[in-house]
Amino acid sequence: MVLFDHVTKRFSSSIIALDDITLDIKQGEFVFLVGPSGAGKSTLLRILTLESKPTSGKVLVDKIDLTKIKDSNIPALRRKIGVVFQDFKLLDDRTIFENVALTLEVLGRSDEDILKTVEHTLKLVEIWDRRNLFPKQLSGGEQQRTAIARAIVGKPDILLADEPTGDLDPQTAWGVIQLLNEINSWGTTVLMATHNSEIVNTLKRRVVVLKKGKITKDSKEGKYDLL
Amino acid sequence: MIYSRSVNFAKRNIRRTPFQALTASMVMFLTFLALFIFLILATGSQVILKYYESKPQVIAFFKDGATSEDVDAISNALNLDEKVKETKFVSKEQALEIYRERNKNDPTLLELVTANILPSSLEVSTKAPEDLSYVASILKQEPVVAEVIVPEDVVASLTAATRVIRWVGITVVSFLIIFSIIVTLMIIGFKIRLKRDEIEIMKLVGASHQFIRAPFIIEGTFYGIIGAFTSWVTVYVLIWYFNPFLQDYLGEIILLPVNPLFMFGLLGSGLITAIIIGALGSLAAVRRYLRI
Repeated sequence: MVLFDHVTKRFSSSIIALDDITLDIKQGEFVFLVGPSGAGKSTLLRILTLESKPTSGKVLVDKIDLTKIKDSNIPALRRKIGVVFQDFKLLDDRTIFENVALTLEVLGRSDEDILKTVEHTLKLVEIWDRRNLFPKQLSGGEQQRTAIARAIVGKPDILLADEPTGDLDPQTAWGVIQLLNEINSWGTTVLMATHNSEIVNTLKRRVVVLKKGKITKDSKEGKYDLL
Repeated sequence: MIYSRSVNFAKRNIRRTPFQALTASMVMFLTFLALFIFLILATGSQVILKYYESKPQVIAFFKDGATSEDVDAISNALNLDEKVKETKFVSKEQALEIYRERNKNDPTLLELVTANILPSSLEVSTKAPEDLSYVASILKQEPVVAEVIVPEDVVASLTAATRVIRWVGITVVSFLIIFSIIVTLMIIGFKIRLKRDEIEIMKLVGASHQFIRAPFIIEGTFYGIIGAFTSWVTVYVLIWYFNPFLQDYLGEIILLPVNPLFMFGLLGSGLITAIIIGALGSLAAVRRYLRI
């Protein structure tokens, strides 16, 4: 599904974000990316969304080499990947419904289809009753649920979550994690960068530890252990 | 579906920043107002020019003391010349009638003029336009002739005026077109910067380059179309309003009312130009500010 093959990302000769990373993620896996700040977690996710390109190595998503992909094929690839950010990145001048509908609008879906699919997704993340409100009128947890709804409404194969619980209180964070877990249970590959040891230790999923751009540990039912 | 969605996005962009939309449309309006006015002036002067060119005629105005014998002598001599097609004498009374006919809607002008003020004249048509100066030189030698009007002079003056109109028009309109493109570029560029977050999210959810760019290009084109259409309506209304005055001024030259086909042709070409200007401005903005 996703393969990082000896990937290195340098920002300058002295700053190396990723150092010869090799990582294979199978379809349907739930993988935690853990590590201290600056370890390269976000860079790794940004390479998958094609916001950044590796300096060397090969990155494959569904057998498509991201290092050789044509500009015109990037949108099609991004449709396979949903992204959730720590700061939600919602559009403040659009309602919750409009924020989620945006994904389907860019895909060229009909109004009827958008209405049906967005309703289904917002009910799934339990914020259907908030659909006509604007992001600033929602709590952090509700905003993150909106962001998740926007990421999954197009039914992506992969869901990337960059510290999605970073700005949330523990109880709300758990709600978000349970939602991600449920999305994973449908077969969606989830790759989540986090600092939350409690979540990692409780879920007992694959844990990849990054330190100074290198993978120092990769365990199947791992724990949050940076040592 | 994608196209109608792009149109909807463009509509929303316009609705949410009405003052910028107004500014862009007003600049386009000025550009096209100037363009249409200069085009109409250039076309009108060409029609007037052709009118004079098509009339190989010299007019000799007689001094007040000229007798009918003097006139007959000149007329007969000219009629014998093989270069002359025909001569026509216009007496003071006939001149007054012509004057009255032309100014029938203006009683003030009619009150002030009598037959005595107007000179009698001899209109001499030649078989070929190049013989006009030859006939004029003969007439100028006659002591009873006060003034000779040769259309060549009128044509020369009109040609010079047309040239000036053309060059001033080209210069002013070119400047305004460049100005419009830059204003569109700035406004669309500003909107692109304003929508940075939205564009970033659209990119991440898989919007095609075309889908992201299209609303901005549609928006620029819309400003052009609005500017061109409103200025065309303004010009048409102005022509309609000044029609009686202009018609009196032009006399027997048939220029008004302006042919609707010409006006619709003007609208069509104006709209095409507007689309090009709007699209150029927004394309430049998209290339400059929208890095996808």
